Amino acid sequence: MASLEAAASPEKLRRIAIDPLTRVEGHGKVTLLLDAENKVHQVRLHIVEFRGFEAFIEGRPYWEVPVTVQRLCGICPVSHHLAAIKAMDAIAGYSHLTPTAEKLRRLMHYGQILQSHAVHFFHLASPDLLLGFDSEPTRRNIVGVAAEFPDLAKQGVLLRKFGQEVIRHTAGKRIHGVGAIPGGVNKALSEPERDSLRSEIDQMILWARDAVRMIARLHEVHPAFYSGFGAFRANMMGLVDRHGALDLYHGSLRARDADGGPIFDHIDYSTYEKVLTEEIKPWTYMKFPHIRALGPEAGWYRVGPLARIQICAYLPSELAEIERRDFLALGAGKPVHGALLYHWARMIEALHAAEVIRDLLDDPDIAGTELMAERGERQQEAVGVIEAPRGTLFHHYRVGEDDLVKFCRLIVSTTNNNQAMNEAIRAVASEYVDGRVLTEGLLNHIEVAIRAYDPCLSCATHAIGQMPLEVDLVDADGALVDRRRKNLGGA
Amino acid sequence: MSEGGGSFTLDGQVIAFAPGQTILTAATAAGVYIPHLCAHPDFPPHGSCKLCAVTVNGRDGSACTIEAAPGQEVRSDTPELHEIRRVLLQMLFVEGNHFCPGCEKSGRCKLQALAYDLEMLSPHFVQFFPHREIDASHPEFFLDFNRCIMCELCVRASRDVDGKNIFALAGRGRESHIIVNSPSGRLGDTDFAATDKAAEVCPVGAILRKEVGFATPIGARLYDQAPISQVDLQVDLPGREK
Repeated sequence: MASLEAAASPEKLRRIAIDPLTRVEGHGKVTLLLDAENKVHQVRLHIVEFRGFEAFIEGRPYWEVPVTVQRLCGICPVSHHLAAIKAMDAIAGYSHLTPTAEKLRRLMHYGQILQSHAVHFFHLASPDLLLGFDSEPTRRNIVGVAAEFPDLAKQGVLLRKFGQEVIRHTAGKRIHGVGAIPGGVNKALSEPERDSLRSEIDQMILWARDAVRMIARLHEVHPAFYSGFGAFRANMMGLVDRHGALDLYHGSLRARDADGGPIFDHIDYSTYEKVLTEEIKPWTYMKFPHIRALGPEAGWYRVGPLARIQICAYLPSELAEIERRDFLALGAGKPVHGALLYHWARMIEALHAAEVIRDLLDDPDIAGTELMAERGERQQEAVGVIEAPRGTLFHHYRVGEDDLVKFCRLIVSTTNNNQAMNEAIRAVASEYVDGRVLTEGLLNHIEVAIRAYDPCLSCATHAIGQMPLEVDLVDADGALVDRRRKNLGGA
Repeated sequence: MSEGGGSFTLDGQVIAFAPGQTILTAATAAGVYIPHLCAHPDFPPHGSCKLCAVTVNGRDGSACTIEAAPGQEVRSDTPELHEIRRVLLQMLFVEGNHFCPGCEKSGRCKLQALAYDLEMLSPHFVQFFPHREIDASHPEFFLDFNRCIMCELCVRASRDVDGKNIFALAGRGRESHIIVNSPSGRLGDTDFAATDKAAEVCPVGAILRKEVGFATPIGARLYDQAPISQVDLQVDLPGREK
């Protein structure tokens, strides 16, 4: 399928653009090049926005950065906040945190995971899964889901709300708060705040488990379709703790191949440059990271829920681990690679996050008041890595003695999935578009494959519902054959 | 005249004043807030920001510089004056680079607090996006000229209280800017110190102490719980809690 990246004679082919993609965070487009028989010759996911965050972080005071970088994203600002603060802890000279500070940061992060996974599955992805990929497009949205499945939609909204409340109590605001500062956190969790969250968490755990079970039932109805849609073999990477268990807040890097075999393990993430590198391609603003030793052709990998729950040894939460084992049974000992399986894995992680939140709330340290650690020797360079909802997130900084940032590199989760998303849409285009008459439903299949990765295409904004869309069908001479348009007056 | 004190009316409310008080200081003492940025209770009035614009006996002027006088009819809380203040704020915002989301002063910045209190909903004008360097040469403080509104409080504090004369206003019109009085023009080459009055008077995030950023949680910052029109009545009055 790699041949679908570049057609041999693109000037002779018709170009179809899905622009912009809908029900994903940020803005991107997909282009397909087809011949006269609608045979697919090229498929590309383009990221059309240029963000430039790395450039304008440089020159700013370092302690501002964990706050500023939150504005990369409205969905997972906490992930950027915490990845940056982990680097800035080291820059400022803090080699460890107090138990309360670390647990409050973990609480904030798992609240982020829960709310982001909920908003992605219920608000963005469930319309496809519950109403049908080619269902009536005007109803294929969260409002349509609420009309058909009101209890489920309500649970999704309340799961997200709970995750946001966790963030609010730890960072001061639901979105773009400020909780972590170099060396610790600036806010303790009061006992009334803890008790308020604790009173709701058992219900959240049950709803999260229900969501896992619902996806499992969807899979049972059409197992071959659910396992095979957008499937392709890929390496996988993520953070694990020292026992190999999933740890979304902190750990070391592990990579496995498509059969689950080891590529590297327990790599200190501050040395990520030894094992990872990036490639630039001229047709997109998003870079292509890959495992250095394997090269760009074989070294690309998948991150996020589908990778994480398959490369870890276990989930340190009882109910989620039971669900994970059921999930792993699909592959009979081998990793599974279908795009739609991301949703299943994502809801297992949501359940895991809810259980971790409960355990943290039950920990006496969580209501402690020792928020700042003792300071040691400053560093000039540091790396912060965290497992964001969408995958492994790298923040790398160098800071001068004048406290100003001299260098910034961000490898965001969606960037790590860049090649994998391109492979997914090539797999779907080959199977569902190739040689067929184009319909809105068929084109939505491509979007479904991208949505499964929960991409944050700009890592800044998110779009839902009535986004403008214009698809042109142009013949080999450039003449317009067909045009589909919707909502061009909006957004 | 005002030698013996007296009273004036502010939006119909009788305000008593003592000899030497301006309309702004008399109103503040009486518990009535008039928006202001460059005025500070510890310094003589400056009259540059014009946020304290009021109408006195039918004529517009700065409440911080007009001496209170018996029988004055002063209007401040009017839609027309608030609109003028909003436009002044909008011009201040677009003239500099005021990115509140990443600013450590957010939540305790007078410019931001006034914009909230006066319901400034957008910058309205085209942003200048000036290119201004940060001076991070001082070991304890940095100067972020992007956020300077040229109120000259640092100029006055350094000159009149600290006796160091570290800051000055240079240039004219759109080219006006704060400069540092050292051979290199850098703060690190002055004797600026954390104990200086000038280190604490900046109403925005232009003069900030290094490495203490964001220590106060959201919800506990100066203007989080009440608007500046209430908070500053407490802060600005001599003898009241700072």
